[in-house]
Amino acid sequence: MRGLSGWGNYPVAQAQLLAPRSEAELQRLITDSPSVIARGNGRAYGDSAVGVPATLHMRHFNKMISFDAETGLLVAESGVLLGDIISAFLPRGWFPLVVPGTKFVTLGGAIAADVHGKNHHKDGSFRSGLDWVEVMGPDGTVRRCSAEENTELFNWTAGGMGLTGVILRAAIRLRRVPSAWIRQDTIPAANLDAAIEIFERSAAATYSVAWIDCLAGGDNLGRSLVMLGEHALLQDLSYDQAARPFAIPRASNRTVPPVFPSFALNRYSVRAFNAAYYWAGARKAGRQITGYDSFFFPLDALLGWNRIYGRKGFAQFQCVLPLDSARAGLRALLEAISAAGQGSFLAVLKRLGAQNSAFSFPMEGYTLALDFPVNRRSLQLMQDLDRITIAHGGRFYLAKDSRMSRDTLRAADPRAAEYAGMRQMSGLHPSFQSAQSQRLSL
Amino acid sequence: MSKSPVLILGARSDIGMAVAHAYAAQGRPVQLAARNADSLEPQKTDLELRYSVPVSLHEFDALALEEHERFADALPELPGIAVCAVGFMGEQGESETSPAAAAQVLRSNFEGPASILSELASRFEQRGSGTLVGISSVAGERGRATNYVYGAAKAGFTAFLSGLRNRLARKGVHVVTVLPGFVATQMTEGMDLPDKLTAQPGEVARAITDATAKQKNVVYVRPVWRLIMLIIRNIPEGVFKKMSI
Repeated sequence: MRGLSGWGNYPVAQAQLLAPRSEAELQRLITDSPSVIARGNGRAYGDSAVGVPATLHMRHFNKMISFDAETGLLVAESGVLLGDIISAFLPRGWFPLVVPGTKFVTLGGAIAADVHGKNHHKDGSFRSGLDWVEVMGPDGTVRRCSAEENTELFNWTAGGMGLTGVILRAAIRLRRVPSAWIRQDTIPAANLDAAIEIFERSAAATYSVAWIDCLAGGDNLGRSLVMLGEHALLQDLSYDQAARPFAIPRASNRTVPPVFPSFALNRYSVRAFNAAYYWAGARKAGRQITGYDSFFFPLDALLGWNRIYGRKGFAQFQCVLPLDSARAGLRALLEAISAAGQGSFLAVLKRLGAQNSAFSFPMEGYTLALDFPVNRRSLQLMQDLDRITIAHGGRFYLAKDSRMSRDTLRAADPRAAEYAGMRQMSGLHPSFQSAQSQRLSL
Repeated sequence: MSKSPVLILGARSDIGMAVAHAYAAQGRPVQLAARNADSLEPQKTDLELRYSVPVSLHEFDALALEEHERFADALPELPGIAVCAVGFMGEQGESETSPAAAAQVLRSNFEGPASILSELASRFEQRGSGTLVGISSVAGERGRATNYVYGAAKAGFTAFLSGLRNRLARKGVHVVTVLPGFVATQMTEGMDLPDKLTAQPGEVARAITDATAKQKNVVYVRPVWRLIMLIIRNIPEGVFKKMSI
């Protein structure tokens, strides 16, 4: 037994970490343990990939199996990191169809959370690029599922948080890209209305995301920097860049000290940081050519940034609000945050496109993601944010959640009860459970 | 000019495989040598897909000494670098009571690795270039009650590598001794190892690619082990024999 937590270092549970190396061993662990949950690289923020008593460390299943250079179809084991896929195939002109904000997630984790990226409004979630998945069920049998085959299992597995079985292998489609560079346009938005207006008129952009100053209030409420991106074409690049369009100078990785002093993080420092970031960005507004890493994965360069929040850890809040109530809902959320003075270094606003999935997070509307150091006041604030979200017809992202209640989830998302019922009926429930699924009665 | 291949002896081990990844990432062809080499087909495919380098599989048994000469002759190309990641920890208790078990540990960690490296050394010497890497252990620096049979074999291997380096230094052939401390591998799985002293296989691999590039002689994977072993080596025997560390 050992203390195990997600990326937010909260909550910590005593769990046994089992590290199978073969399908036979995995089969034995699934059938022998009272319940298990698969864990990839531990980047889910909360307890989605913490199984009590038993958690399956899946990183030994990390081999790439085949690649079709005509169609871009990659078959790989679930423990392969998206970063490995990018390192291997971007130099050959291929990039995953959908990437989340970190490349340090496994393929299995990306499927289980059905992650979305900055192109959700155009390309949908991770499952849009997913041809098939192989899942080991409670009896140890491996089933291939896709849109055509074992469709129900496929639909619940993408976004199913690992609760339909252990994802072993998958086939994903990569897209051809002209370079490893991104042509980025940064547009300052003075407030929330301006930000929404920019998103609505930028629907044609391949990638879009906004960094939002969640501490600004009054007329500045929702002050943001909206960033639009396109894969840079050769003619966008400088002579040197165009000569080797897939070679990007390596940025050095910086590491956060093991425990960042907690006095460094308070409402004044966070407010100052947010304001400084906004004005620095506003001054640099316009077009620039940037490496894919700094566009898609800005935080990855700061290894161990989760430790900024100190020993007690941090919690993420991420909801999506349907289009028609998004403006009012976001305003209410930002007012509550600003009034509480509870800062977030990282606040992200994103326009999501239409999606109708069995249990995946995205729906057409706006998603807001924030993180808070764990303390009594921030936990209280997040409960207030839960209520505002539900009142505006929104729902929550389970890959980020570490503290929601069962009733909150049920109130926000009618699909939760349906999912739990399906798990009971099909006998998945006794075998696959995470600390989160137990907390949320999934 | 194409890069010369790297031969990994004991390729199935976590460290061996991590070393294969590290060199393949530099664009070097890789020769994977292990028992039942055919079963490494998925690893071969994985390496080829990731790094677009040629990978070949070679049947190799460290304990089949009589085969070593033939093995070295049969390599399609004499490697530029050979890394010996062969090792077997065994159970100390078993090694104490069963001569056969002890012999297995001694042969796997000393006799076998020394034999195959000797075969390669003479070929490298004749060619006048190449790097031999032996993965030994800090356990070889002082015998401890809990694993002295394994430690003795590693001590022998460390001395062997030192002598080999001395012999080949003027012949253009470089020898690297790698001393990992604790490493999180299949061999140590389930042991309660201190996090701060435990390296990942990838760290060992980086230490090795770095050591071969910079022609280092003796490498501790985590520098803190140099200090720890300095202290442990210098504890007077009278005191040491009463300690349990």
